[in-house]
Amino acid sequence: MATKGQDLDTIVGREYEHGFYTDIEADTIPPGLDESVIRHISGKKKEPEFMLNWRLKAYEHWLTMSEPHWSHNRYEPVDYQTISYYSAPKSNKDGPKSLDEVDPKLLETYDKLGIPLHERARLAGVAVDAVFDSVSVATTFQEQLAKAGVIFCPFSEAVQKHPELIEQYLGTVVPYTDNFFATLNSAVFTDGSFVYVPKGVRCPMELSTYFRINAANTGQFERTLIIADEGSYVSYLEGCTAPQRDENQLHAAVVELIALGDAQIKYSTVQNWYPGDENGIGGIYNFVTKRGECRGPNSKISWTQVETGSAITWKYPSCILTGDNSIGEFYSVAVTNNYQQADTGTKMIHIGKNTRSTIISKGISAGHGQNAYRGLVKVLPGAQNARNYTQCDSLLLSDECGAHTFPYIESKNPSARIEHEATTSKISEDQLFYCLQRGISEEDSVNMIVNGFVKEVFKELPMEFAVEAQNLLGVSLEGAVG
Amino acid sequence: MSDSVMLKIDQLSAEAENKGILRGLDLEVRPGEVHAIMGPNGSGKSTLANVLAGRDGYDVTGGTVTYLGEDLLEMAPEERARAGLFLAFQYPVEIPGVNNAYLLKAALNAQRKHRGQQELDAVEFLMLIREKIQLMQISEDFLNRGVNEGFSGGERKRNEILQMAVLEPKLAILDETDSGLDIDALKVVANAVNSMRSADRAIVLVTHYQRLLNYIEPDVVHVLSQGRIVRSGDKNLALELEERGYEWVEQEAAQA
Repeated sequence: MATKGQDLDTIVGREYEHGFYTDIEADTIPPGLDESVIRHISGKKKEPEFMLNWRLKAYEHWLTMSEPHWSHNRYEPVDYQTISYYSAPKSNKDGPKSLDEVDPKLLETYDKLGIPLHERARLAGVAVDAVFDSVSVATTFQEQLAKAGVIFCPFSEAVQKHPELIEQYLGTVVPYTDNFFATLNSAVFTDGSFVYVPKGVRCPMELSTYFRINAANTGQFERTLIIADEGSYVSYLEGCTAPQRDENQLHAAVVELIALGDAQIKYSTVQNWYPGDENGIGGIYNFVTKRGECRGPNSKISWTQVETGSAITWKYPSCILTGDNSIGEFYSVAVTNNYQQADTGTKMIHIGKNTRSTIISKGISAGHGQNAYRGLVKVLPGAQNARNYTQCDSLLLSDECGAHTFPYIESKNPSARIEHEATTSKISEDQLFYCLQRGISEEDSVNMIVNGFVKEVFKELPMEFAVEAQNLLGVSLEGAVG
Repeated sequence: MSDSVMLKIDQLSAEAENKGILRGLDLEVRPGEVHAIMGPNGSGKSTLANVLAGRDGYDVTGGTVTYLGEDLLEMAPEERARAGLFLAFQYPVEIPGVNNAYLLKAALNAQRKHRGQQELDAVEFLMLIREKIQLMQISEDFLNRGVNEGFSGGERKRNEILQMAVLEPKLAILDETDSGLDIDALKVVANAVNSMRSADRAIVLVTHYQRLLNYIEPDVVHVLSQGRIVRSGDKNLALELEERGYEWVEQEAAQA
């Protein structure tokens, strides 16, 4: 059995393929954080005063907070004075207006990642807002979106062009006082994406952003805000990879979603940041705050995430179900290998009547990986007839890894119905032998079984993402027949 | 023995959890033959099937197994499968979320690749599988379910034989395929197996009951007792066993 375990380890222990470094001159400010850094960032972005004031309030509040350590993750405290809080690729003074103007080296980087930007964008009909380090460098399909009235642009551009929307919605789901990392983000965020879908509009294409962390020692603080106005629909795709390096890099993003009456937002993530090497050296600290509010009646927010990267993942994409009859969904696959740690899950806060939520979480642990599901289902007194269904499954691929489940349930309304199911299993020798006996290699057999395990979640992903996600798990495409 | 022996088992001994289960078993199977291996519970029938397929958890403590001129015991399970050895499982396992047709296509193409044949694409595979499911009298939606997921006992056994029909093995070992089948399903399975009888394929039926042999007529019947073959004969031996039970064979063996 020991040899079998080692075989499995080699299969899941493939080296990170996206580890390379792009040599682009970066406009980086020296490490350290104080008020002047925040003023510098705001100035660089030519922000209106309300924005600077909001940042400064956040910074003041942050100074009163201390780094939380209640998660199941274990790591040394981060030294926030050694991080550089601003880094922009310096290629064209005025910024590229089309892909032709984008630094070819940058495009090459995307090619190496298997994301030929222009090809992919055109073929898949996806508008791509590519974030390289902290500044957006390429935006496509603006015209088609503009025709539909959809605003999809870098966050910093939205601050310039649509300050009224930013002022109205920013921080209304994740206030600047929310938590240590979200508060830090509120003070120092550099860029991110902004989406506004007007009333009754179905966004004509999937919206997609690729995040990369590149320059050394640059903490990345993305800020994303998506607003779906009444009766609208939008599907947003976020994917991440990062080059290999030996220092831990902090990533503290904030994503806020707001769905007004009858609106739907589908937010999908494939996260493949550098996880550290097989001895647990290096890798990204991914401390993210993602939250959506179903603000209007009959609205729906659906989170789907595939988390395969990062040394430490610490995130709980959540839904606040304020509107009556609103729906929250969370579908998650989290993979931890080598010395990766993940503490992830969701919060479903039922406030409105007849609100429903579904949580499907699949954790896969290999090597010395530690995988924790942490979830809260909370039903407030006014949430008559709230419903929740939670399913947490864990698959263990080695003898040294761990899976942990921390489900919290708080119900203050007797009409609530809350179901929770959880399983933990080792990859079954019987299943493996069954595949081997049919002539399938051990590697393909494991991939097949793992792929089957995550299927319920992967089927929630948009098609092009599902493929990428399956590649990420090293799984060959399923469904060629039937 | 002549070169035409496909499988030669010589004094095979094996144990599981430190208990001897096979104790010096001899068996020879030639292409075109159908062998039935019968015996009471605990006689080592399923152990034999599993040891031949290379399942973990069994220690071979003595003897040799030669398959198509190769040392079978040195081969990994997937190598044995690619060399044409097929095991129809007694208890086929569920693999949730893995599409039944997908597994079968992956298996077939892994074996074809090994043989230097071109892999089948989706369309070619679909045409092949449609033909085979008619033989098994199963509906097409069966293919799109998870492997054995929520299948009844009978459906699982049919699925095993469907896989056999698609993979076209040289040596098929059917481990208690008749258990859990009603009479109609048994006939379907038997017809399918009979249709696969050919001069270059050998079939080993491991079974507790004679019933299956009414539908699949064996060339040779062996009785396994305490890890050894104690008696071999033609199909009439199976009928005799049905009538008299296993005890008399075991007693005779003990006296010998």
